[in-house]
Amino acid sequence: MTLKARDLGLFAAMVVVLAMVGMFQSWQLAVTILNMSLISAIMALGVNMQWGYAGLFNVGIMGFTAVGGLAVVLIAQPPVTEAWAAGGLGILLGLMLGVATILAAAIVYKRMPPSKLRGAAIIAVIILGYLVTSQIFGPAKRAVQAVNPAAEGYLGGLGLPVILAWPVGAVFAAGVAWVVGKVSLGLRSDYLAIATLGISEIVIAVLKHERWLARGVNNVTGIDRPVPRPVDLRPQPWVESLADTLGWTPAQTAAILSGLGYSVLFLIVLALLIWLAERALNSPWGRMMRAIRDNETSARAMGKNVTRRHLNIFVLGSATCGLAGAMMVSMDGQLTPGSYEPLRFTFLIWVMVIVGGSGNNWGSVLGAFVIWFLWVQVEPAGRWFMDLVTSGMADSSTLRQHLLDSAAYMRLLTMGIALLLMLRFAPRGLIPER
Amino acid sequence: MEPLNALVSVTNFMLIPALAYGSQLALGALGITLIYSILRFAHFAHGDTMALGTAGVIGGTFYLQAQGVSIAPLPTALLAIPFGMVVMIGYLLAADRLVYSYYRRVKAKPLIFVMASLGVMFVTNGITRLLMGVGETRFEDGERFLFTVREFRDFTGLAEGMALRSAQALTIITALVVMVILFWFLNRTRAGKSMRAYSDNEDLALLSGINPERVVLITWVITGMLLVLAGTLYGLDKGFRPFNYFQLLLPMFAAAILGGLGSPLGAIVGAYVVAFAELGVTYAWRRVFTYLMPEGLEPTSMMQILPVDYKFAVTFAILVIVLLFRPTGIFKGKVI
Repeated sequence: MTLKARDLGLFAAMVVVLAMVGMFQSWQLAVTILNMSLISAIMALGVNMQWGYAGLFNVGIMGFTAVGGLAVVLIAQPPVTEAWAAGGLGILLGLMLGVATILAAAIVYKRMPPSKLRGAAIIAVIILGYLVTSQIFGPAKRAVQAVNPAAEGYLGGLGLPVILAWPVGAVFAAGVAWVVGKVSLGLRSDYLAIATLGISEIVIAVLKHERWLARGVNNVTGIDRPVPRPVDLRPQPWVESLADTLGWTPAQTAAILSGLGYSVLFLIVLALLIWLAERALNSPWGRMMRAIRDNETSARAMGKNVTRRHLNIFVLGSATCGLAGAMMVSMDGQLTPGSYEPLRFTFLIWVMVIVGGSGNNWGSVLGAFVIWFLWVQVEPAGRWFMDLVTSGMADSSTLRQHLLDSAAYMRLLTMGIALLLMLRFAPRGLIPER
Repeated sequence: MEPLNALVSVTNFMLIPALAYGSQLALGALGITLIYSILRFAHFAHGDTMALGTAGVIGGTFYLQAQGVSIAPLPTALLAIPFGMVVMIGYLLAADRLVYSYYRRVKAKPLIFVMASLGVMFVTNGITRLLMGVGETRFEDGERFLFTVREFRDFTGLAEGMALRSAQALTIITALVVMVILFWFLNRTRAGKSMRAYSDNEDLALLSGINPERVVLITWVITGMLLVLAGTLYGLDKGFRPFNYFQLLLPMFAAAILGGLGSPLGAIVGAYVVAFAELGVTYAWRRVFTYLMPEGLEPTSMMQILPVDYKFAVTFAILVIVLLFRPTGIFKGKVI
């Protein structure tokens, strides 16, 4: 599908706006907005695959991005040999026993005829499995967490190049999505929404609580970066001369260059994904997906396995979100489970897809840029607005102080109103599906 | 072996909190189920509207406290509930008029409604945080305990103590009363019957002259009252933090689905099952078993199946089991 002149105009306007941020605020901010917009665009692409192509409602985007982020830690961090010696084997064995328990329960369920005995057998298997697992897993976990808890206390990763973590993050998210989709697809359409809402809360709870895995709320910091850090760039002679020419400080120049390095990487990934997504959407497969979305019953009558196709696309879309999550963690250089908030990571992405135009890949990308820009800029704008509204009050007025303090929440309000207005008056979004 | 002490311990740390929590969930889940059966969509803004309603009650409470009004030993918040209800019902009706009614008119797909409720959720969330901030607000006053651990020990002479917080007692009693009234309303009154008819078969209900807009209006009014009650009781019990209310969404939905979406009785049963499962699985049973086991065989571990951080995992597990084995819920709810 080609972009029309109007769509190109919208993208051009976005570029101008970002350039204005660079000129009037700072170029560093412009690069930061650009990078997060690119990542958000990839998340929005994933959601658009699910919602725009197939009409699947995923409210667990936060969980899939967090799982992708976990992959970065597990791939790029150096292994903590001491911790592996202390309890690595026990943890692996414990995890395997846990899986074996679930498999055993499933086998009992499949093999035995339905009866009260079967229920009792399943419960017995689960209890026995739980007791054995916790006997092995518990001590191993404590041993690992006791290894140098101030800086480590976890198993570490594989010490591989960080860029590898991106596809692995996608695979992780795909795995989680497969399990969730298997359970809840094929049922009433809003069950998927509730199931994904649940799994995302659980993923975050696991990340926060299992310290042996990725240090939990203690955060993993200083993760390897795929591009040179500003600190390494700064002493380079060419950076200094560039700084001189542009009239910026060397520190600023280094930060911007490092950020632009990410932008290039992200742009490559985004371009690749859009190319693939567009090819898929305009292939027989894409037409089949849209046919299913528009009329499930007739698609079924044509012999399409709707539930299977839904599972396909759900896994694909979630994998894309996982990829974006991994990219985000490798950009920040840290995994902070405490910072994952559903409003920011799930619902904001939804606003991007709806505003941009569901069913249209370019629309999602544009939506991501517009909404992320607003998200960043509404807070200072809100503060200014509140300042204006309350300027008649005395400086010591508690109401004025309260309103100024809570200006940060203006962004939620703005996003909600943007979503509602778009949904009502322009449900096809900025760049509609064609 | 001291079974009596064990019983007291279980009651104190598990049964009472679970009953209170279950009652709060039940009031919320009833709203979800009502909206589902009348308006036919999953109301994602439920948790956040509950927070906003509670914020209204808290505002009223602070005003009353400033005026020196008090109904000690009962918490002042009870007096402010009607005010909160008015605010909440007004807000819900405004949301219906501005947002949902359009989609009803164009007969949009259920998922579009859900999406719209997401937008309402965002807006509500923003308003609540503008008003209250993100921190915890406590607004419980009056007598904190019906009886304290010490009083109970002195009275019974048992080693193990038990306390009953007034917020918990209030919650359980209020929930019971509200449920009775709600069932009376649904089964005995003309408006309630028209609601049930509309939920069972929309076409037949329309044919027999039931006004759909009136049914929708009543649904929002009832939901608003339930939300304010649930939110206020939850806030009295555990303190008010907007994010906690958002997180209640999952257990409330789990309760409604477990009971069977669209079945009020199911929502109540589901809520108590979810509450007892959450607390039972994350409760450290060591104390109880120390009393129960013969001497020398006391457990050495905490006897806690899962850490408290995983209470959502319990809710989710229940949800998964229901979806796998009985997607219509315990009391056959609506099937597509």
